[in-house]
Amino acid sequence: MNDRGYYSGFGGMFIPEILSTTFDQLIAAFRAARSDPAFWREYEAIMSTYSCRPTPLTFAENLTRHFGGARIYVKREDLNHTGAHKANNVMGQGLLVKRMGKTRVIAETGAGQHGVATATMAAKFGFECTIYMGEVDVERQRPNVFWMERLGAKVVAVRTGTRILKDAINEAFRDWVTNMDSTHYVLGTACGPHPFPEMVTYFQSIIGREARRQILEREGKLPVRVYACVGGGSNAMGLFSGFLDDPVQLVGVEAAGRGLASGAHAVRLSSPDASVGVAQGYKTYFLQNRDGQMKETHSVAAGLDYVGVSPILSQFKEIGRARFEAATDREVVDALAFTIRKEGLIPALESAHAFVQAFKEAPLLDPADAIIINQSGRGDKDIFTVADAFGDPAWQQFIIDKAERYRA
Amino acid sequence: MLETHLRKRLEHQEILLMTHIVLGYPSFEDCYRIVEAMVAGGVDLMELQIPFSEPIADGPVILMANQQALAAGATVARCLEFADRVCREFPIPFLFMSYYNILFKFGVDAFAAAMADRGVRGAIVPDLPPEEGADYLAAMDRRELAPIFIYSPNTRPERLARIATVARGFVYCVARKGVTGADTRFSAHLEDYLRRCRAATALPLAVGFGVKDRSDVEFLTGKGDIAVIGTQTIRIIETQGIGAVTPFIRGLRP
Ligand SMILES: Cc1ncc(COP(=O)(O)O)c(C=O)c1O
Repeated sequence: MNDRGYYSGFGGMFIPEILSTTFDQLIAAFRAARSDPAFWREYEAIMSTYSCRPTPLTFAENLTRHFGGARIYVKREDLNHTGAHKANNVMGQGLLVKRMGKTRVIAETGAGQHGVATATMAAKFGFECTIYMGEVDVERQRPNVFWMERLGAKVVAVRTGTRILKDAINEAFRDWVTNMDSTHYVLGTACGPHPFPEMVTYFQSIIGREARRQILEREGKLPVRVYACVGGGSNAMGLFSGFLDDPVQLVGVEAAGRGLASGAHAVRLSSPDASVGVAQGYKTYFLQNRDGQMKETHSVAAGLDYVGVSPILSQFKEIGRARFEAATDREVVDALAFTIRKEGLIPALESAHAFVQAFKEAPLLDPADAIIINQSGRGDKDIFTVADAFGDPAWQQFIIDKAERYRA
Repeated sequence: MLETHLRKRLEHQEILLMTHIVLGYPSFEDCYRIVEAMVAGGVDLMELQIPFSEPIADGPVILMANQQALAAGATVARCLEFADRVCREFPIPFLFMSYYNILFKFGVDAFAAAMADRGVRGAIVPDLPPEEGADYLAAMDRRELAPIFIYSPNTRPERLARIATVARGFVYCVARKGVTGADTRFSAHLEDYLRRCRAATALPLAVGFGVKDRSDVEFLTGKGDIAVIGTQTIRIIETQGIGAVTPFIRGLRP
């Protein structure tokens, strides 16, 4: 295997020897599937009957009027079954698992969206399923744990390291090096060793393919800019894929948490706190110290709270193909509240990062131009976090009363 | 060179013993006493693990040791200092074990130079397959340091051969799937795998993952050249203290 998935020096396959054969098999299975036109047709068929593809491209008329600049469109990945773009990747990998004849899937999850999507796919395809989730995230996203368990998955709370997404990824790898014969690791984002960045991007590219076609139908021309939040980078790569050969500005928005100066953030591509390193099987920008030890990260959005980032996005940064910005927790909560009130859309906290940046730029653009924001997921899953961020007293009272009733 | 040294030892011992410690766990002072105790027990060579925040190939015991060492303030500089001291004071070869990011951030060539300066003889980097290690191989080669590579039970024959062409010192045969620390079944299956390893390389074979007592070492005698005791010594220290190390090591061979 000569191609080890390098993108301007980022990426690669830094994997323990025990997994070399497993990766050879995975690469071969992915290549075979990709070169088989029936495979993509099968994928589209399942996404259009089991999920809601093509997802709509919504014209945000009220937001557009409010900002008085570019015409704002929202790509509705929140309308996927299970509520986020994660379903695209998971169903695709599920079809690949069937082809490889494996019977068990494992996954990491941060926000819980990828975990729920994987557990759903496992239920549908009849796979055994274990989900690794950092203990901190289990607490932040308890409702998703409830659903994963109902879907038949075993949810393992990871208590090592910083107890968030990266630690869940490490645990999933530890499971995989033991059970690779029966098990496929459904990595949830465009990170990790080759072929994951390429494979996840391939499945997520359905977002960009649709969005490009839809905007051309509606506007008769391409958007000037497209916006996506960047955790590991899968929804961003999915949207960007549709416009790589076009004169369209690609804007990725990272989580600035409590602000760049606070150190409590997850900004890898647009902050000097990150540097190039190798961990979790691939080379990219990581938030790490001088010795190469990974730092703690923070974001109000569990799905963006990650130390690394897609090697393909690191390449885009390096060659200037995309621009990267960051949004603070505060800005995100404000943009979310505003979007809900103005447009009746409820983006996930992750997705709201993309809205923040688009809101900053839309007024400066020509009203004849269009932009697209990727609404990667729906926000009602974040009700506990969002309600806390809004400090809603009636909600708090409801939770207190509910707890009292359980205690009784 | 490391291989020559090991061959000479093998003239006197049927099987050599290699142990593993995580630098800075529980403390650098204790690590020094552990090395002392291990050498007194007759260990033939040692792996010094530079702790890393994301040790994906390690099981719970070594993972926790990595985390606690880092929490207690272990740095790469401190690990190099420690290596410098033990290499000068003890008459056995020492190797570094760590994950690639530690070398990468230090600068691969600078890291090899630092090893050579301090007398560390080689390195085990479990997340660096030879295909990704061109710089590393060149840097190690320039200083006659041994890059130790890994064989696993599902490594394909042509790959075993390919790895043999770049490996130096010895080859580390992982006894089973999984991470460090879990039990291994010392079986005919393992014997068969070690026979394949032997056929693929002329280098000495170390066998590790799950080796924990005299009967395991006995099983490996004649099949491998070096028995690697990793997690078990950490467990012994955690449950019985450093005083138990010397008798434990001594008891591993007749
Ligand atoms: C709704 C939503 N958006 C975005 C992300 C971030 O992931 P990625 O950058 O891979 O799209 C997540 C991750 O959990 C998510 O749940």
